[in-house]
Amino acid sequence: MNRVGYVSMINGPVIRATGMKDFGMREMVHVGKLRLLGEIIRMDGDEATVQIYEETQGMKVGEVIEGSGEALSVSLGPGLIGGFFDGIGRPLSALLEKEGRYITPGIETPMISPDKMWDFTPAAGIGDMVSSGTLLGTVQETSLLLHRIICPPDVEGEIVWITPQAKVSSGGMVAKVKNALGRAIDVPMTQRWPVRLPRPYRDRLRPNEPLVTGQRVIDGLFPLAKGGTAAIPGGFGTGKTVTQHQLAKWSEAQVVVYIGCGERGNEMTDVLEQFPVLEDPRSGRPLMERTILIANTSNMPVAAREASIYTGITIAEYFRDMGYDVALMADSTSRWAEALREISGRLEEIPAEEGFPAYLPSRLAEFYERAGRAVTQSGENGSVSIIGAVSPPGGDFTEPVTRHTKRFIRCFWGLDKNLANARHFPAISWTESYSEYAGEVENWFQANVDPRWGELREKARAILLEDEKIQQVIRLVGEDVLPDDQRLVNYTAFLVKNGYLQQAAFGADSYSPPEKGFAILEMILHFYDRGLELVKQGVPISLIKGSDAVEDITHLKEFAADEKSSFERARKKLDNHLNRVGVERTREEGGAK
Amino acid sequence: MPQAEYIGISQVTGPFILLENIGRDAFYGELADVRTPGGKIRRGRIVSLSDKAALVQVFSGTDGLVPENTRVKLLGRTLQVQLAPSIVGRVFNGLGEPIDGCGPVFGGRRVDCNGMPLNPMARQYPRDFIHTGISSIDTLTTLIRGQKLPIFSGNGLPHNQLAVQIATQARLMGAENFAVVFAGIGIKHDDAEFLTRELSERGRTNNVVTYLNLADDPVVERIATPRMALSAAEYMAYDLGLHVLVIITDMTSYCEAVRELGVAAGEVPSRKGYPAYLYSDLASLYERAGVVRGCGGSVTQLPILTMPNDDITHPIPDLTGFITEGQIVLSRDLDGKGIYPPIDVLTSLSRLMKDGIGKGFTRDDHPNLSSQLFASYSHVQDVRSLAGVVGEDELSKPDRQSLAFGELFENKFLRQEKDEDREIGHSFDMAWDILSTLPRGELTRVSLDEIKVHIKTDK
Repeated sequence: MNRVGYVSMINGPVIRATGMKDFGMREMVHVGKLRLLGEIIRMDGDEATVQIYEETQGMKVGEVIEGSGEALSVSLGPGLIGGFFDGIGRPLSALLEKEGRYITPGIETPMISPDKMWDFTPAAGIGDMVSSGTLLGTVQETSLLLHRIICPPDVEGEIVWITPQAKVSSGGMVAKVKNALGRAIDVPMTQRWPVRLPRPYRDRLRPNEPLVTGQRVIDGLFPLAKGGTAAIPGGFGTGKTVTQHQLAKWSEAQVVVYIGCGERGNEMTDVLEQFPVLEDPRSGRPLMERTILIANTSNMPVAAREASIYTGITIAEYFRDMGYDVALMADSTSRWAEALREISGRLEEIPAEEGFPAYLPSRLAEFYERAGRAVTQSGENGSVSIIGAVSPPGGDFTEPVTRHTKRFIRCFWGLDKNLANARHFPAISWTESYSEYAGEVENWFQANVDPRWGELREKARAILLEDEKIQQVIRLVGEDVLPDDQRLVNYTAFLVKNGYLQQAAFGADSYSPPEKGFAILEMILHFYDRGLELVKQGVPISLIKGSDAVEDITHLKEFAADEKSSFERARKKLDNHLNRVGVERTREEGGAK
Repeated sequence: MPQAEYIGISQVTGPFILLENIGRDAFYGELADVRTPGGKIRRGRIVSLSDKAALVQVFSGTDGLVPENTRVKLLGRTLQVQLAPSIVGRVFNGLGEPIDGCGPVFGGRRVDCNGMPLNPMARQYPRDFIHTGISSIDTLTTLIRGQKLPIFSGNGLPHNQLAVQIATQARLMGAENFAVVFAGIGIKHDDAEFLTRELSERGRTNNVVTYLNLADDPVVERIATPRMALSAAEYMAYDLGLHVLVIITDMTSYCEAVRELGVAAGEVPSRKGYPAYLYSDLASLYERAGVVRGCGGSVTQLPILTMPNDDITHPIPDLTGFITEGQIVLSRDLDGKGIYPPIDVLTSLSRLMKDGIGKGFTRDDHPNLSSQLFASYSHVQDVRSLAGVVGEDELSKPDRQSLAFGELFENKFLRQEKDEDREIGHSFDMAWDILSTLPRGELTRVSLDEIKVHIKTDK
């Protein structure tokens, strides 16, 4: 059956077509002589509305539309790692080779080059019964990642043929499975999956293991769990992207999917240039060996922006199904919501809040619910954690995207304009942020880092909170009139902020393992405890804090995590100082008597 | 091939005309010549197309069109601009037509002025620092070659003066092939005159290309003006190998024009009446900056926008800030104190600075030094508001030191002459001198080693 429709109206990325009654809703189509990629988003009798993922300038009425027979899908298989794709999964390196420096409309290119060869090691044999999730074989894709080829969800039966230990191309077959009806089904090396459909798993698990990020403010105060969801909202210039990059670099995930959604081209270039040279702190291998990049920069077609989020999450789920912990960064989900709004406007739908379509919250929910820690079909534990940046207009957190996102995430890292202006990075506000995972992952930290983890965290938060109140008083009457115990709280909070929470995105302090953060925090709180005793004895605060030994606490972060001796030296110096002011005080009192 | 000509149009609304019974050859985005009854030709472009009719947006407006007698010819091409090496030194109007009386541009090639999205893999991450000789920019919001760094200003602030100073003082370490593209969008005659005069008087006359749409020129042309200028800049950068600085002023007029046309076309408005696609639209301009791998040149953008009511959360500066790589914000407060350039360093930001400064680029101490200046000057603001409540006399000693630091910072470091070209090393040393007046305990962002080397202790 030759299914062909015709373009009848063009309005930017949205076109209308006639002769479409044999097409399917959400079907991918090729439009016009350039064969631009589009997706059917509305059907009405013979007419259909199609959103086009490429620039439509130059298109004529009457051009031909051909169906592809499948929904918008991505290819999943070896070759994804280290790849750089556009919003609909075209590899940008292939586009660069074919078309040069500009992305021109109408280029068709496979997501994974079918000629690429891989060393396949079978894990199943002829006669084995397989079903969704059964491990068929493995490919060592990079030194960091063993790619597990598993039986796709819709295949079940007996293996009648499997590739022996050999080189297999991406376009090749790895096995033949005879199903219950006696039909042989080919299992390819590279599978296809529609992006809008979540991949199945066996069971959901409690998110009680932290995703260690190497960022003190996150690990220490507002931790994220593996399989968790987090949002980073912030106005422009508050450091969303730098924070996202930091997480992509240092998160303890086996696979990182980074989606640049409607953001700057240079930022993606930055990742492309940095990641191959930066080392994973745990394995010492280049970060690019575990990273997949997806980019729809702000000047690329808007409909593909809407698709980029789904392309990314589908790839993430695929690696989760192999039993890996995957971290997905989406920068920024606001651009994705705005793409929805733009398409909705072109469809002349009735807008809800601020022009956004009424289905915005349900789309957000669908996206964030694809995160989670799960028992996969193969029976292993895997997870997808989602970290979404939100760009509220004017930095106003009450706008629809931030507000609805807050309903579906459990970890909120609000960026603060004032902190960013003072270049306190990461500018994650310690008053507005929260993490619902803090309690659930505390046991892990206590078992793996220090049994006092939770206690210290509570204490640090209490001091920061009390300091907020003290700050209000200071703003009214100045610092000098405060009693010394409050000034001690105020000063300790200063140390926590500048010595612990503040962390440079570059250099040695860029990745701070939980042990290092704990050591710094422990030292600060040790100072507070000793200081409080001294204050109670009547030692003036100016004496307690007036020493290099105390000021040096803010420089502890300059030490590498394994320089234990430096930490010990600093602690000894601090204790000496505190002992001395204590003794001097006692002596003075003795003298006065 | 002779082009079809249509006689008579069926509807005129604002700048749009409706063309019915359109042939199958018309395409989306096609350019049209609209002939008025008086025989004058106006340019237009198809902005919506169906099997029955085409909506054509007429640049330079629809005044005086008589529906029955208007003839429209479709040109079979998109909005293009003629580019050749000889455009350097020329002045064009907003549609790319010469207005300097030197005749048309010959040779070279025609390119679609909308440009095409650059493949992120073709880009090279910008790292080369541009020496502007302005302390606050060099030290705290360093300009990088290939960056898009807008100036957020307000009416009456010296943004034009600053743009001229940057354009004339800008030095790329070790590069001489430098050119300026200047696009005026809806600007006043006086401003246009000031900018062209200053740029030429200060010795840049031979390598400036100008595209001018003045405040009383047709609004529709404002959509085309920056695209013309950026096409020229890309041509000069990637074909001719020049390092191009593009000054676009005023982006606010551009956005107003987009809104005006959006409303006229009956689109669903989003925030403050601006169309929902304003972000994508602005991005299609701002993203045309950068360095391309394997090409000699670069495009650096310095767009100027005046914030309506000095409100940085207004959609125009807000959307711009989300796309550009930082911003230079001018402060009415500092301007009132008579400080030039009145750059509000705390809200200003250069996103590309992190990779273009420090060891091997500017000086080893640059990253920490700038971070410390931000932290200390930010503290000055807190102390000032406290002093406003309790009075300066009630402040503690460190707070009073902080206030004194603030004064020094503004009057010594920020303030400089309109033609003063300050060496960056000198700027750094000045900054360390000023920081030396603060108590050591406040210096939490610089390393212990840097304190030893740079901080003068007369204790």
